Parts: sequence; structure tokens; C-alpha cells
Amino acid sequence: MIATRDGALPVLKPFRLGGGSAPRPFRLKARHGVLIALALCLAIGIGDARAGPAAPSILATLLKWTPLLAQGFALDVAMSFLAMGIGTLAGVAVGLWLISLRAPVRGFAWVVTQIFRNAPWLVLLFYCMLLLPFELHVGGLTIPLPDWLKATFGLALPVMANVAELVRGAIRSIPFGQWEACEALAFTRRQTLWMVILPQCVKRMMPPWMNLYAILVAGMPLTSIVGVSDSMTLVGDILSSEGRNELLVPMYLYLLLWFFVYCYPIARATTALERRFQIR
Amino acid sequence: MTSAPTMIPPNSSASSSPAGAPAWTPDQPLIRIRDVHKAFGPTVVLGGVTFDVMKGEVICLIGPSGAGKSTLLRCVNALVPIDRGSILVENQEVHDPKLDKLALRRKVGMVFQQYNLFPHRTALQNIMMAPIHVLKRERGAVETLARALMRKVRLEGKEDFYPGELSGGQQQRVAIARSLAMQPDVMLFDEVTAALDPETVKEVLVTIRELVEEGMTCMIVTHEMGFAREVANQIYFTDRGVVVEHGPPAEFFTNSRDPRTRQFLSQIL
Repeated sequence: MIATRDGALPVLKPFRLGGGSAPRPFRLKARHGVLIALALCLAIGIGDARAGPAAPSILATLLKWTPLLAQGFALDVAMSFLAMGIGTLAGVAVGLWLISLRAPVRGFAWVVTQIFRNAPWLVLLFYCMLLLPFELHVGGLTIPLPDWLKATFGLALPVMANVAELVRGAIRSIPFGQWEACEALAFTRRQTLWMVILPQCVKRMMPPWMNLYAILVAGMPLTSIVGVSDSMTLVGDILSSEGRNELLVPMYLYLLLWFFVYCYPIARATTALERRFQIR
Repeated sequence: MTSAPTMIPPNSSASSSPAGAPAWTPDQPLIRIRDVHKAFGPTVVLGGVTFDVMKGEVICLIGPSGAGKSTLLRCVNALVPIDRGSILVENQEVHDPKLDKLALRRKVGMVFQQYNLFPHRTALQNIMMAPIHVLKRERGAVETLARALMRKVRLEGKEDFYPGELSGGQQQRVAIARSLAMQPDVMLFDEVTAALDPETVKEVLVTIRELVEEGMTCMIVTHEMGFAREVANQIYFTDRGVVVEHGPPAEFFTNSRDPRTRQFLSQIL
């Protein structure tokens, strides 16, 4: 009999493609932040060395522009909140349509989900920017639609489709016995969904939902391409007004650090939640 | 002299029995099953089952797995539609597209093998949900009832525990209490002890036996032969979707005639 050195018998271990453990979604780690911070320090050093002796230091310039950058970043955060909110509300509705008993409703929801989940975000963004009017007339009322709001709608669409899939998946993951028990207790389908199934889904959906938000935040600079003055646009403006080549790399790294500082706690919370739900 | 008050029958049967069906009286079978057929695709699960359950009667369905016992229970409260035949519950036809399923299920309680408690609600809330939201009864009265039921299944003090914090036997007893809270006329038990370890089986069986002693009408699918012998009025042995043999327990266990029954009993006893 062949035994390994620690006395264990050789067994066929479960085979997984790509070796090691099951694939895990990419998650921000503290070391990524350290890496960004180090790169920023390095870039500041190199930038200072390249600058002429008369020019103000890179660090001072970064700090000088920080208030403006903060404004742009605040807009990013506000747009992401709104897009997430709208997308989640609409997504829950579409997700419930996806499991509707009526085939046409189900079919419609499926088409909507597939389109908005698979279309590139930038394409959806452009469509919204170009197809939505700059103001809406409802009765005698004129509602202005600024660019940032249109961009928010554009980003809410993919969020909606992704949330719809999350809802559908979560509902399907609830054991069939729960449905059966509700039926046997004479609950209506609506009561079953709202009182028994969906409350159990919330917990399951929380981690992927937060993950989706982190992805959305990382996608916010897309809005700069369609002309919203978010933080990315502002960095471009700052660079052109300063007119200093050596500022380019430190400035973008600085912005990256902002995003990291915002997204890292979300990633940590997501991991913590996932771990907690796994044990139960 | 003033006009005599119009007599209104205290128990208006108009709501409980659909138009056309005669009102049910206790001398008629509570459940009347006639030639019920059910197939899942090519697999015939029920091939013509016929029997009656009178009020207060306890019948046990036994037989090898795949005999259609659980499916038959699910047909009685319309969880599974039948293909052919007739099931009357208090004279209400279950095999009817216009059936008010919710009205039927208020009369028929069911307990499952896997308990199927709602994990996000406490034991007490599990019991209270259906009476409040389905029967629209007042919360205070329902809570009193639910606490009484927790005492009845000997789980006093566990009211605020979540299902995940209870043992299998305790969860199953909460499930029984949850079903009883709807004050059903008949209870269906679908292998309720099959998922339990041997020590906790007893506490669940004791609870069911107490129900039987109170006169609850029960249809019980079980593999606990000793229990079946003890509580059943009638035992039905089913195999491949048909009732092979039936009779009162004393007769059934000692004088079974059909070779299939004898083979099954010899394996299990």
C-alpha cells in the first residue's frame, strides 16, 4: 500500500478546473490600496524631479485642487446612489415579472433583462444622452433634464437588468418546500412572495447587490465621456489649466486613490456579510 | 304585535359550500376519494384509488416508496391536480377548475417531511402568520391561540426561537402547531418523522397521538408501523398507485392476504 509521508492514503481529490479553490469574484483588498498609495508617492517623486525648480511641488498642487475634485467626486457618488436606487426599484419589478405566471409578461421581462444586461454600459449611456430630451413637458410643467440626470438614467438601466436577474435567482434558490407550505396554509401567491419568499431573498441578495454597486461606482467615470462634469472630467480640466506634463500621472493616481477609499469599505462589508450568511 | 324576527341560520353554509353542492353533514364521508388517477409524464403515480375518510377517523397509508402515498395527500388539498376521478372534501369537488383552492386549504391542514417552517420568523410568528393574513383574524386573539398551541405541543418557552435554533423534532412540532392554528377539519401528515433521528421521532408521534385522541380527522403517511397500529382506524397498503389491501390494524397486521402486503410487512417488521 502506498502512503504519503504523513500517513494519509492517496485518494482522488475532487477535480476543479483552474486548480485550487472555487473561483471567487474579484474583490478589493487592502493591498490594492497600499499599491495605489505607493504608486502615487512614486509618481509624485518622479514628477517633482521632472519639474523645474521654480514650479510649485506636485503635492501642493494636488492639495490645491482637492476641493474641486471632491465636488466632482460628490457628483459621482450622488449619481451612483440615484442610479442604484432607480435601478433597484425597477429591477425588483422586472425580476418579479421574470417569474410571472403569465407567459407574455415573462417574455417581455426576459427580453428587457437580456438587452440591458448584455448591452455595453457606454452604449446605453449614449442612447440615454441622445434620445432623452433636455426637458420634459408634463401638462403645464417643464421638468429640466440636465446631463447628469440623463447619465444617471443611462446607468440605472444595466443596474435594473442585473438586479432583475439577482431577484429571479434568489427567488429560485428558495427551497420549493417554502412555496408548498404557503400553499397548504392557503396563502395567495402575492402573500407568499411578499411575506415568505422575498424576505428570505433580501439576505441572499445583499452581497451580490453590494458588489454590483461597487462595479457601478467604478463605472462612473464613463459619464465623463458623455460630458458630465464628474471627477474624471474635472481631472482633465485641471490638467489642461495647469498645463504641466509631470502632473498627469500623479493626478490620475490621486483620483484612483479616491475611488479606492470609497469602494474598499463596501467590498469589506460585502465579504463580511457573505461570510456571516454562509455559516447560517 | 310586532313582526316576528326573520330567522337566520347561525351557520350560514352558503360560504362554505359552493353553489350546487349539497351541504356536508357529519354522517357523510369528510373525504371521499373515487377512482383517482394521476400521472407525471409517462409515470403513473395513482392508478385508480378509492376510499372514504369519515369525520374523526384516522387512516394510515403505508407502502413502499414510490407507491403514490405522498402524491395522494397532495391531491387532497389540491397541491397536485388530479388527471381523472373525484375527490370530495366536505362535499366540495377538488377536481374542478373553478375550485376555490384557498377555501379548501383553510379546511385541510398539512405537515411536511421537511417541516418547511419559515426560517426568517420566530416559532410564534410562524404559527400566527396564516390566521392573521389568511383568516384576517385579530392579532391579539391569534397570539393567545398561538401561545396555547405552543403549550399543547410542549414547546412553552421556545416562542421566540427561530427555526434554525430548534431541533428537528421541535421544528416539526411547531409545524404541526402552525397547521392547527388554521383550525382545520382534517390534518394530512406526510412522513413527518422520516427526517428525524430515532429519539425525537417519539416526541412528534406523541403530539399526533394527542390530536387523534381529541378526535381530529387524520390522513397519515408513515413508515412507523407500531404507531400506525396504535392510532389508525384503517390501514391502507398502497403499491404502484393502487390500494392493494386495507383493514383495521389488528386484522391488517395479522391476517394480510395479498402476497405484496405480506412481503412488505416481512421486510419492515
